[in-house]
Amino acid sequence: MKSATIQLEALTCPSCMQKIEGALKSLKGIDQNTATVSFNSSKVKLNFDEEKVSIEEIEGAINKLGYDVIKTKVK
Amino acid sequence: MQIHILKKRNQITLISGVLIAIAFISNWTIGNMNLFVWSLVIASVIGAAPIAIQAYQALRVKVVSIDVLVTIAVIGAFLIRNFEESAIVTFLFLFGAYLEQRTLNKTRSAIKELTEMAPESALKQMENGEFEEVEVDDVDVGDVLLVKTGAKIPVDGTVLTGEGSINEASITGESIPVGKEKGSSVFAGTILDNGTIQIVADRVGEDTTFGKIIELVEEAQDSKSEAERFIDRFAKYYTPAVLVIAFMVWLFSRDIELAITILVLGCPGALVIGVPVSNVAGIGNGARYGVLLKGSEVIRDFSRLDTIIFDKTGTLTAGNPSVAEKGYYGDNIDHALSYLASVERESDHPLAKAVLEEIGETTFSSVENTEVVKGGGIVADVNGHRIAVGNVALMERENIEISEQAKADVARFEKNGNSLVLTAVDGKLKVLMGIRDQIRPGVKQDLLRLKKLGVKNLVMLSGDNQGTVNLVSRELGLTEAYGNMLPEDKADYVKKLIEKEGQIVAFVGDGVNDSPSLALANIGIAMGSGTDVAIETSDVVLMNSDFSRLPHALGLVKATARNMKQNIVIAVGVVLVLLASLIFSEWMNMSIGMLAHEASILVVILNGMRLLNYKLRY
Repeated sequence: MKSATIQLEALTCPSCMQKIEGALKSLKGIDQNTATVSFNSSKVKLNFDEEKVSIEEIEGAINKLGYDVIKTKVK
Repeated sequence: MQIHILKKRNQITLISGVLIAIAFISNWTIGNMNLFVWSLVIASVIGAAPIAIQAYQALRVKVVSIDVLVTIAVIGAFLIRNFEESAIVTFLFLFGAYLEQRTLNKTRSAIKELTEMAPESALKQMENGEFEEVEVDDVDVGDVLLVKTGAKIPVDGTVLTGEGSINEASITGESIPVGKEKGSSVFAGTILDNGTIQIVADRVGEDTTFGKIIELVEEAQDSKSEAERFIDRFAKYYTPAVLVIAFMVWLFSRDIELAITILVLGCPGALVIGVPVSNVAGIGNGARYGVLLKGSEVIRDFSRLDTIIFDKTGTLTAGNPSVAEKGYYGDNIDHALSYLASVERESDHPLAKAVLEEIGETTFSSVENTEVVKGGGIVADVNGHRIAVGNVALMERENIEISEQAKADVARFEKNGNSLVLTAVDGKLKVLMGIRDQIRPGVKQDLLRLKKLGVKNLVMLSGDNQGTVNLVSRELGLTEAYGNMLPEDKADYVKKLIEKEGQIVAFVGDGVNDSPSLALANIGIAMGSGTDVAIETSDVVLMNSDFSRLPHALGLVKATARNMKQNIVIAVGVVLVLLASLIFSEWMNMSIGMLAHEASILVVILNGMRLLNYKLRY
């Protein structure tokens, strides 16, 4: 398990959060309980299993919804 | 393709707006119906594209978002050939979203300013001994870093070599530079005003004091109160419910116009955004003024406060004794003071420090034949003069002459709670000093402000004796004051007020020895100068131990709580008014509904933004 913090472009609609959360939960290898999208700081925090899913795939899923990823930190 | 369209949202909004303008101008001037209709059709189609894509993406992850409602409404309008409405609704929705983004960024600006103060790069010593610029994330504990004049300290560390002065405003709020030399601690996010230093990294990234402050504020702005979680849950079912109602209306009335109007009117718009906006602006204002608030739950409790309990030493008072009152008798006082300083310089008595601080710079003479009188003071020879420094008992033992004036002063100083230091030169009393732990400057006015803000009880708890406690309490006009209290007694008192009397209680302390009370109180307020313990155990941190920030903090949370309520009323009110006018009036349609929604969203954001400029008025 690794933990990632992904900084997105500024989120403006609260339903954006639901969409991003939904998209993340449809990926395999993501710890459902840790995945949170915060509205005001426009950040995604989650734990993921790097053997099942890569950080690029996670970023890709967010990108596909039309949100830019500004910076990603993986620990 | 999809992503491309989403990225070009702003251009699409502009084009759609221009097309609508062309349509109406051509209709009014040359009366060309073809141009009118086709402009609106094109405006509808390109305007609906990004909304439809967002709706599709939302549905794919099983979310019924506002985009879904609007998309269906626009398609419906298109089908019944009401191109005017479809074009205007899409345009308003897109333009509203654009304005929302712009204004929302403003409400978040205060916190963004803070996070942007985080250091990004560091000059790290490589294996070959050279310093190279690396990202701050690549610095590990134990690395040696070089910091040049004007640069930010990248991590919490200790100075290895060099010296300089550092502006620590980002941590303490105090902008007067602090001198640093070998062995001094330095903090991430502070700025080296002059000099060059090498430091070794002790804590990096999120473990640094600055990292913790940022994390706290970032989490606070997104923390949710019970009411907000309720709104979120509500919104999750609300939007699908609107969809179902609109569908039923269509099913029974066969009136597409009415059904799609309901879809637009039912958008939750301002409701979901109103509270987070007040929250982020309020916390942002606090961060600017050195008040760290840990989230919206804290804002709610803090704003409904009944009682504030203060620790005395270090909170209401400065925490270290200093000379509060003094009297001089006869002439040659300057000499007497320099003799006094010379004697006290060799003493390690706690009062000696206060005396030396009071005298400041002077000439020191050599001290001979020093005799320490237990429970009295010191007698010594300085420059051939016989000097006695001590209490009244020592003066009596040395048969010192004390004038009537001096006797009156002694009595008065004692009554005010001072410890006395008397100085006699050659058998004559020259100087009298009253020393006590003084009340911080401005505290009295700050307490008055708190009362004006509606705090009912101001209570002081102290480990000091009841006499001193009473003196301080009377001077400050406190409601109640108790002395001789151990940390656990204080905690019991807090518990009693909360559990037995049902009050909402804040405890203000320095965060170290009061942590049980800080944790027990509804709101723990730490007078922290950026210490970890204070940040972790409390709900509110007053940076740089600045007491004057407390009234601002209370005024701010009250304003923020009010602001949230206003926003909820605006949001719910708009939906109710819209639905009522749909039933009771003729003029309500989709475009007006959309306009009202977008306007209400902007109103709540602008209302929230007022908090950024909040200042205590009196």
